[in-house]
Amino acid sequence: MGELAATWTIVRVTLREGVRRRLLLALAGLSLVAVIITAWGYAQLPHLPAGTNGPLSTPQIQLVASQLLILVMFMFGFVLALAAVFAAAPSVAGELESGEMLAVLARPVTRRSVLLGKWLALATVVVVYAVVATALEYVAVGVTTGYLPLQPAEASLYLAGEGLVILALTMALSTRLSPVTAGIVAMLCFGLAWLGGVVGGIGLAFGDPVTTQLATVTRLLLPTDGLWRGAIFSLEPAAVVVAGAAAGPQLAAFPFFAAAPPTLAYLGWCAAWIVGTLSLAVVSFRRRDL
Amino acid sequence: MSASTEPPPSLVVEAAGLTKRYGRTMALDGLDLEVRRGEVFALLGANGAGKTTAMKILLGLTAPSGGGARLLGLPLGDPSARRRIGYLPELFRYQGWLDGREVLRLHAELAGLPREGWNASIDEALATTDLRARADDRVATYSKGMQQRLGLAVALLGTPELVVLDEPSTALDPVGRHELRATIRGLRDRGTTVILNSHQLSEVEQVCDRVAIIHRGRMLVVGSLETLLSPGGVRVRATGLDELTMESLRRFGELESDGPWLVIRAAGEEDLPAIVEIAVHAGARVYGVEVLHPSLEDRFRQLLESA
Repeated sequence: MGELAATWTIVRVTLREGVRRRLLLALAGLSLVAVIITAWGYAQLPHLPAGTNGPLSTPQIQLVASQLLILVMFMFGFVLALAAVFAAAPSVAGELESGEMLAVLARPVTRRSVLLGKWLALATVVVVYAVVATALEYVAVGVTTGYLPLQPAEASLYLAGEGLVILALTMALSTRLSPVTAGIVAMLCFGLAWLGGVVGGIGLAFGDPVTTQLATVTRLLLPTDGLWRGAIFSLEPAAVVVAGAAAGPQLAAFPFFAAAPPTLAYLGWCAAWIVGTLSLAVVSFRRRDL
Repeated sequence: MSASTEPPPSLVVEAAGLTKRYGRTMALDGLDLEVRRGEVFALLGANGAGKTTAMKILLGLTAPSGGGARLLGLPLGDPSARRRIGYLPELFRYQGWLDGREVLRLHAELAGLPREGWNASIDEALATTDLRARADDRVATYSKGMQQRLGLAVALLGTPELVVLDEPSTALDPVGRHELRATIRGLRDRGTTVILNSHQLSEVEQVCDRVAIIHRGRMLVVGSLETLLSPGGVRVRATGLDELTMESLRRFGELESDGPWLVIRAAGEEDLPAIVEIAVHAGARVYGVEVLHPSLEDRFRQLLESA
């Protein structure tokens, strides 16, 4: 069978697994609950007492809403990464351990088509989830407070990209490590990359070049945090960006603020990173004795 | 394609000097193997002898550390050879979230079988393995024996030229084992080559044309069951056998005593009348004469002990 046809078969069976194991249902259901809860939260903003000056003004509400939205998006990004890791970690390693993979690989299919089929299926889930969940969140914040971020689509895509990166990493780890180890290592890397970004921001604020470079290195090694910064920037209202520029580098120490979007070169690096990691995963899987 | 005009190669498997090293362990240590088209061939050996490793190398699941092999006339690792092979792994597990028929459809698709033949092939495989009644249930609800039968159905799907069965009866009950033997004989009748890896020596004895015994990654002995089991000898229970008579019996083979029996090693059924005649002629009283057929199990133990 042709390699494309085999890949397509694996994509379909992996998606069917997601549906039958109720992974998609759980993800959709819980995210809907999260959207409803946050919508209720946004709706409370106009009723908050704001000290002696009476209720919050509309610009104030929108400013608070924009910051809350970034926090909610951070949660969605985290859930997305976690879901990607949980789905990808056993996808190769688990099926090798159980023996499910033996019968499949004894067919005239290449290991590349099996691996890429699985990645493509999970990547579809990641992108659809990122787009739908964030779109619902925009609706929630828009209806309750009238606020809409300047670049909502970009923010959703940055989140999706973050998911695709962690998915590729976990898949590569899954060709060699046990499901649990692959999952834990991937989550640790994700956490360290975020921490590297935060530390780098502090370094920037205090003008320490070594710490700043550390962040640059972690953002190149694992581009999840770099993409998350892109999402933050896309979600910031114009006023915050202007105020941030006026405040100088000090604001960089705040982990939920981004002064600039990722460069085109950096986005190119992210794409190359995903392709490179998947290629490594294919080579590693191909060389693995079953 | 030239392959369609040439006669199919008479050897389905030709392996020479296969080695496989896992760290310090030599799983295979220069294994030579030839399996002829249309035969039921058994690989026997103690645990860890290298049987499963040999199968996995042939199927391209594991890379050999050395040596080479051709499968269905194609070099090792050529995916198109796998188009014509059915495989039941020793460690069998199938997608629990699919039903039996869906697992078979997945494999029909992966095997590249023509779509219009899927349903017929699937029904045939389900019927052969007696799984029709549960075909639409989720595999997660199957017993271990049923999963093994599903694995057999997967291996039989689309009438492959070569069926590789790694310990196919470990989870089967006696009825299932009986049916498995019938299935294997059916495969041979239609010209399918079968490679069977089994610990069930009686099963091997009943269905196999040729047997290879592997020990520590090397071929100990290979041959038809008749040649492997033939040198059993003849035993005689008689009184009044004097030294002179014994001497004349010695020309049939070495003599051993086994309780009341006198065993004449290397003697065969064709020697029985002459042996009896000599004994009776010398005035001995003969109470019993028997041709010895060692079971495969005896032979297996004997070979492993001497190895």
